[in-house]
Amino acid sequence: MITRSAAHSRVHRTFSRHLKVMVGVKRVIDYAVKIRVKPDKSGVETANVKMSMNPFDEIAVEEAVRLKEKKVATEIIAMTVGPTAAQEQLRTALAMGADRAVHVVTDAETLPIHVAKLMKAVCEKESPDLVILGKQAIDDDSNQTGQMLAALMDWPQGAFASAVSIKDGGLEVTREVDGGLETLAMKLPAVITADLRLNEPRYATLPNIMKAKKKKIDKFTTDELGVELKQHLKVLSVEDPPKREGGAKVESVDELIDKLRNVAKVID
Amino acid sequence: MMLRALPPASASPTAALPRMATRAARSGMGCVPSQMGPRLMGVRSFSTDPLAAETLSPPPGEIYTSEHLAIQDSIRRFVQKEINPHVDQWEAAGIFPAKDLFRKYGALGFLGLTKPVENGGQALDFTYSVAAAEALGEADCGGVPMAIGVQTDMATPALARFGSADVRRQFLTPSVSGEMVACLGVSEVGAGSDVALLTTSATKDGDDYVINGGKMWTTNGEQADWMCCLLNTSPAASAAEVHTNKTMVCIPMDTRGVSVSPRLDKLGMRSSDTVQVTFENVRVPQAFRIGDEGKGFIYQMHQFQEERLFCAAGALRPMQKIIDETAAYCSQRQVFGKPVLANQAVRFKLAELKTEVEELRALLYRAVAKYTAGDDVTLLASMCKLKTGRLARRVSDSCLQYWGGMGYMNETRVSRFYRDHRLFSIGGGADEVMLEIICKLGGLAPQMKGKK
Repeated sequence: MITRSAAHSRVHRTFSRHLKVMVGVKRVIDYAVKIRVKPDKSGVETANVKMSMNPFDEIAVEEAVRLKEKKVATEIIAMTVGPTAAQEQLRTALAMGADRAVHVVTDAETLPIHVAKLMKAVCEKESPDLVILGKQAIDDDSNQTGQMLAALMDWPQGAFASAVSIKDGGLEVTREVDGGLETLAMKLPAVITADLRLNEPRYATLPNIMKAKKKKIDKFTTDELGVELKQHLKVLSVEDPPKREGGAKVESVDELIDKLRNVAKVID
Repeated sequence: MMLRALPPASASPTAALPRMATRAARSGMGCVPSQMGPRLMGVRSFSTDPLAAETLSPPPGEIYTSEHLAIQDSIRRFVQKEINPHVDQWEAAGIFPAKDLFRKYGALGFLGLTKPVENGGQALDFTYSVAAAEALGEADCGGVPMAIGVQTDMATPALARFGSADVRRQFLTPSVSGEMVACLGVSEVGAGSDVALLTTSATKDGDDYVINGGKMWTTNGEQADWMCCLLNTSPAASAAEVHTNKTMVCIPMDTRGVSVSPRLDKLGMRSSDTVQVTFENVRVPQAFRIGDEGKGFIYQMHQFQEERLFCAAGALRPMQKIIDETAAYCSQRQVFGKPVLANQAVRFKLAELKTEVEELRALLYRAVAKYTAGDDVTLLASMCKLKTGRLARRVSDSCLQYWGGMGYMNETRVSRFYRDHRLFSIGGGADEVMLEIICKLGGLAPQMKGKK
């Protein structure tokens, strides 16, 4: 690891000649689909449901493509962990402008820690200078993978980036925080996670969609990457949100306070 | 679907078109796709290109690969961002900005799916056109997808297949990039369903054609830069000759003598501009002809085959959407103490309509798969077109009813579809024309019984 880091610092001093970006992509239920809970409450229905790339990951891919268009990045690798069908989302990333892809094929349920470990294993093979992920996936809303990856790699992180620029061979990352903007400076290699306002992703053009099918997708199993998918969590039950019920009119302030205290239980 | 119609099935080109394959002659309609050469029919690149090994093949019963799905996804996003937010305004204005929109859509490459590579296209097979038509159905109106369809699958297929390199460079390349807007000139005041009756004519003068006559119900006509025009280049001496005296010519709309009427006021498809066009001693070089003189009718019959399938594909998503929106509305609309959807009469009707939309999809995919493989699908394409017209009317009428008073308001999408969908039974070959073709090819016409 030490030698690798040293090699890395050489790389980013001269990154204008070579800067490799890796982007994480997750297959999720399309944002427009109305989610249905499975009758046995073990999860949500994914059979015959339209699947898409996690919208925040699209923003991540777009940012990488923009870095390449600005001649900052030289190569973009899209990576996913998921079933064979997740290839569709890699294709989308390739059609948007990624150069090649890495697919860790597994049908198992994966937690953020699994994905972060698998991404670490791929980072060690590929030595990217920058990893960009969506800040969270719209299915489990975990918001953990990027931060975990940064910790595992011992790289700086800029989570919830709303602007990214390259400065003095490092990164300047703007984050939206309570009450304003926070600007971080960090060295490469680094991990950033994309917030909603980082950019607006493009539509893939026809020529790029057709070119995408000739781009390379390397496939690995979790075993090949030496990562065990140990389940740390057990899902007990997945339920629909409670149905909204109609409100009631109160006659007086006293009655209101009584309801707030004894029915809604929001005041003592 | 277009604001004009097919020739009647009785217009048998058998005697008049000796070079057509026997199957086409028997069918009495159109051309055999396999005659059109490899570029024309295309090869299913996803099954023959070794580099495409990673392409996910269509699931059983479907025709779309992962590339088709990616294209649809991109088109849907384009529709949601560049079309839908403006539809209300365009419907009210009676026109949409074709130049601006086509340039944006063209920049993404989608005006050139099936067009030759040298004209900026991707030379893909017809399944891609069908996939695009389906995705355009995401639009909140029928008019804009129809206008795009005119540009990609109604006014330009013959030019792409039979046009010389020069005429393609002049008219097709800018139509693929979106710099030019195309319109199609087939229907006339006296020739709608019966195309063979058209009277617009061209006489030769030196290297030019001098054109007189006019076209009716021309979609995109107000904004078009050129028209793919079907006209007579010689008088028909006999009834059979009406199929061999026709020629297809590209007419730049700014040519002297071309005049365009004020916009026609239509029941539906209101965001699309429709006009009547008049030609008075319009002089264009004979070099603007598409393919051979006298073959215009055959070219048009071929264009019609794709137009009908395109029409069916374009109707699927809107029908699905109306049914789903109606169910959603009926589940929250309370009548006599319960949601409208709690009535079996309502939801059974919607279930039945939904089933029929899937029936149409199955028929369409089967027709398209056969067509792409090189078969003549005149019968299946006509059945698709007939079913589309009939079903679209039934879906929008039945659904509108369940919206009650709101269904009658222009602010609800269901009323717009009710108006827009009415065209499917008229344009691109009226239901009655489709029925005649089905009678003839399906062995239901009396004269065929007699012969056997």
